[in-house]
Amino acid sequence: MLNNLAFETDRLSGQTVELCYHCHKCTAGCPVVDAMDYGPDRLLRMVSLDQRQEVLSSPDIWLCAGCYTCATRCPNDIDISAVMDALRQISIKEGITAGEKNALLFHKLFIGVVERMGRSHEAATLGLFKVLSDTPLMNDVGAGLGLFLRGKVPLLPQRSGAAKEVRAIFQECRSSSEPTDQAD
Amino acid sequence: MEYSYYPGCSLHSTGLEYSLSTKAVFSHLGIQLVELSGWNCCGASSAHAFDHNLALALPARNLALAQASGRDLVAPCAACFNRMKAADYSLRNDPEERALLEAAVGFKFTGEVTVRPMLAVLHDDYGVETLKAQVRQPLHGLKVVPYYGCLLVRPPQITEFDDPDHPVVMADLLDAIGAEVMPWSHATDCCGAGLSLSRADIVQKQVSRLVERAREAGADALVTACPLCQVNLEMRQTSQPSMPAFYYTELIGLAFGLPDVKKWWRKHLIDPTPVLQAAGIEPLAKVVEH
Repeated sequence: MLNNLAFETDRLSGQTVELCYHCHKCTAGCPVVDAMDYGPDRLLRMVSLDQRQEVLSSPDIWLCAGCYTCATRCPNDIDISAVMDALRQISIKEGITAGEKNALLFHKLFIGVVERMGRSHEAATLGLFKVLSDTPLMNDVGAGLGLFLRGKVPLLPQRSGAAKEVRAIFQECRSSSEPTDQAD
Repeated sequence: MEYSYYPGCSLHSTGLEYSLSTKAVFSHLGIQLVELSGWNCCGASSAHAFDHNLALALPARNLALAQASGRDLVAPCAACFNRMKAADYSLRNDPEERALLEAAVGFKFTGEVTVRPMLAVLHDDYGVETLKAQVRQPLHGLKVVPYYGCLLVRPPQITEFDDPDHPVVMADLLDAIGAEVMPWSHATDCCGAGLSLSRADIVQKQVSRLVERAREAGADALVTACPLCQVNLEMRQTSQPSMPAFYYTELIGLAFGLPDVKKWWRKHLIDPTPVLQAAGIEPLAKVVEH
């Protein structure tokens, strides 16, 4: 029961995916659906049917832009953006190869910088992404240079004065998010 | 009028002209924005991919700082505003989550401080008519479409701002400074947001569609209230001629005749001066300075 994907998704997202009656409104309004394999409403059905591998390794869960169009329009008030977040969390926890590796890499780099410095630092995130992602190295060099020349990607990070406390929050959240109900 | 001010990471980097124009406009209006000392990143669109509690605790720490200051909190960035409101919503409505966040951040939530979108501060607190009285150079002839993007208006139970399908606040402000607001149906469409680096192709498609629709509506420029939307709009445009994306604070500053507007234009990836010149609008800078 506890290994059922719908159960886990509902618990993590605070939603009830089984309420979906497939009116297709979410998929019709999704700005990134044409890049997805399934689209939001089929994905919800697959969660209900416990198609674990297909869902968790799909690019769809990483392509969601988090725009909340689906969540705002759903007649059953399912926050599908929150469902996508829950699926990402499960996918990361289980170490599944992301269907959109670069999207996950970006999130990891971004949040890694925040954990160390308390704030984001574009130059570090962009630089690491360039080196570690498999996007062509020369992609975005022009745009990056344009931003740099306008003083928009400062090379040195700001001192936030918050770094230590932010690291403590990361620690605290890691320990409080450890599942305590492991009984089968 | 005094507010705590949470600039967020973007306003110190890619959204530099948003930061500069915000400070100039608010100081001109005599509205005090007091930057929160020791603020941290709100976690943006990345934290919630990893951990629900972390995604609320990061903004909650800033709420704790604002609470200690006793002033309502203003966040110019749409994403920061959204994350701050999401944390505020959980703290107000979910006792279990509240206990968790209070422990993680080390504070006691009182609920005395509210999180305000900066657009609402100008529109509701300061007032459109009072703002209109400050206009020295109405932007007649400049045709614009207001572009809100997602996170200022969605999800509506969290953001509690304007109408999620048909927002009007930015149009009211632009109308007050004399710009011609063109009707269009894409004010709250998504720009592709955080996919900009990992899937530039998707963002290019979104942005090009938005720009084409804006052109069809007869607009010379887009006006936005979000630093990520703005950088995506100017960086990921593929069609020609290119169309600049202003921050609403820049246009308000221009209409007030503030001296520094040219410095803001220089920060744009798409030079907005041709569009302004074509509309017959020159900065009043020299007149003000001498």
